[in-house]
Amino acid sequence: MNNKLYDKLIFEYSCPGRIGVKLPKNEFSAYTSPLPAHLGRKDNPELPCVDEPTVVRHYTNMSTNNFGVDTGFYPLGSCTMKYNPKINEEIAADAVIAKLHPAQPFSTVQGALKAYYTLQSMLSEIGGMAEFTLNPFAGAHGELTGLMVIHAYHDYNGDYKRDKVIVPDSAHGTNPASAAVCGYKVVEVKSLSDGTVDVEDLETKLDDTVAAIMMTNPNTVGMFEKNIPRIAELVHGVGALMYYDGANLNPLLGIARPGDMGFDVMHINLHKTFSTPHGGGGPGSGPVGVRKGLEQFLPNPRVVKSDDDSYQVVCDGKESLGRISAWLGNFTVELRALAYILSLGADGLAQVGKLATLNANYIKASLDDLYKLPIQGYCKHEFVFDGLKDKSTGVTTLNIAKRLLDFGFHAPTIYFPLLFHESLMIEPTETENRTTLDEFIKVMRQIANEAISDPDKVKKAPWHTPVVHPDDTQAALEPKVTWKQLSDN
Amino acid sequence: MIKYLPSHEYVRVVEDNKAYIGITPFAAKQLGNVVYVDAPDEGEELTKGEEFGAIESVKAASDLYSPVSGMVIEVNEDVIDNPKLVSDDPIANWIIKVHLHDVSELDDLLDQAAYDKLCAEETH
Repeated sequence: MNNKLYDKLIFEYSCPGRIGVKLPKNEFSAYTSPLPAHLGRKDNPELPCVDEPTVVRHYTNMSTNNFGVDTGFYPLGSCTMKYNPKINEEIAADAVIAKLHPAQPFSTVQGALKAYYTLQSMLSEIGGMAEFTLNPFAGAHGELTGLMVIHAYHDYNGDYKRDKVIVPDSAHGTNPASAAVCGYKVVEVKSLSDGTVDVEDLETKLDDTVAAIMMTNPNTVGMFEKNIPRIAELVHGVGALMYYDGANLNPLLGIARPGDMGFDVMHINLHKTFSTPHGGGGPGSGPVGVRKGLEQFLPNPRVVKSDDDSYQVVCDGKESLGRISAWLGNFTVELRALAYILSLGADGLAQVGKLATLNANYIKASLDDLYKLPIQGYCKHEFVFDGLKDKSTGVTTLNIAKRLLDFGFHAPTIYFPLLFHESLMIEPTETENRTTLDEFIKVMRQIANEAISDPDKVKKAPWHTPVVHPDDTQAALEPKVTWKQLSDN
Repeated sequence: MIKYLPSHEYVRVVEDNKAYIGITPFAAKQLGNVVYVDAPDEGEELTKGEEFGAIESVKAASDLYSPVSGMVIEVNEDVIDNPKLVSDDPIANWIIKVHLHDVSELDDLLDQAAYDKLCAEETH
């Protein structure tokens, strides 16, 4: 329980003279700093004067303000904030694994390399690709690596005029960003009213200066791109490659494979589909897979299996795009993903997408009389509402998201994708039970009703969080980011 | 005369070849409170249909596209210092003043009736 007595800033508890530890008198000679005098500090640091129990209570109480998938329902669309099974953590935290060093002789880490190689092979099987690299440190890093593979492929063919990457208008923002970082110009392709790529518009943008198209399937509105074989035919027809953004791989797991849809290069966000920890900028992993014929462009180093069943780390690829990481990626994150795959097995993996899709459609069908559904029909693992159906009350998606916090739910993704003005994107994932989904639906219906009966209650939310009624505009215009700015008022 | 881009920028011609560029009231309403405006410097050249700046609200960040080709002759510093002015009255609070290179470019832009129709479609 959060004790309100200790939820102020640590500086606000400061009382001159109060200390946490009393040091004994120095019996030795005075310390002289080896630093030149002008580099030394003139004044003492401005630290808060607090006693030990106050420090401990302050931080312990603050730690209970965290919201995560371990404390409540987290329906963030396009992110797959799925529950991280604890067995993954137990394996990754094993003392033997935690103490491995990447520079150890390979003969002493054969088990780790076997695990690494096994995950590479399993991801290749799941994605329908020839080979995977696990080196990239995150999804966006994977995107950049994948595009560098595409760049290396075109360069290898002496095809230097390809300077464009096509990205649908519904894409994740990382797609155009990765393409730009890789030196490409970004060309946007429009969506149809059902949220899928406008093939006619795509045709007008395809020529021999296009390096690749980056697609997410199902796309960011949760719809499966039914024209994918036709798109692949058109894209390959002009010599460009198909890039698969694995952000939404979750509903396809064990059912459909990007490689079979015509994709040449793909990345997977292990922190989404494969249940490794997500968010906060912590260690992530964005493995990249390629179809047959592109393996030689993958980054170094690679883990290979020798004829004698031993595992080697090699850096010999002449056509490789080079290194994108110092070692072999975030190994303990990769290990968690391997634990997830092995604990579910092939049958379990194939259930994931079905349950995630069922849960999303259940919520959608239970709310579409009160919330505006811009795209009809069955969705995959996630869907988008365009705010409330009744817009006359002035209650916005932002207000609804904040009101949800009062009921102990994390807010869904809002104002993304940019196809609608009041996007509210929900992805329940496969691990939520019917009781949780029903409770969420009940609260969403209550908020829609409050918007009519008592709109101010929704507009001024949240009421019960540690910080209430925040003023977003003022916070953005005049951010107060230090204690001094606060205390000056 | 005022003309529009489908991406919700307006160009309001005030003298023969001088015009103000800003975002439309429709765009301002959709964005909500504007908290940041990024504009080019005086003297910069703009190309019709290309990005010239960005606008950010509590809800979203959007690029700004130029309805015309021309040179920036003035930047509205009031708007840069106090972006909320755009939310209050985006026509009075234009973002940049430009010298048009080719007045005939105005012909392919949307007129009031065509732009109103577009906005009506977008809200449905």
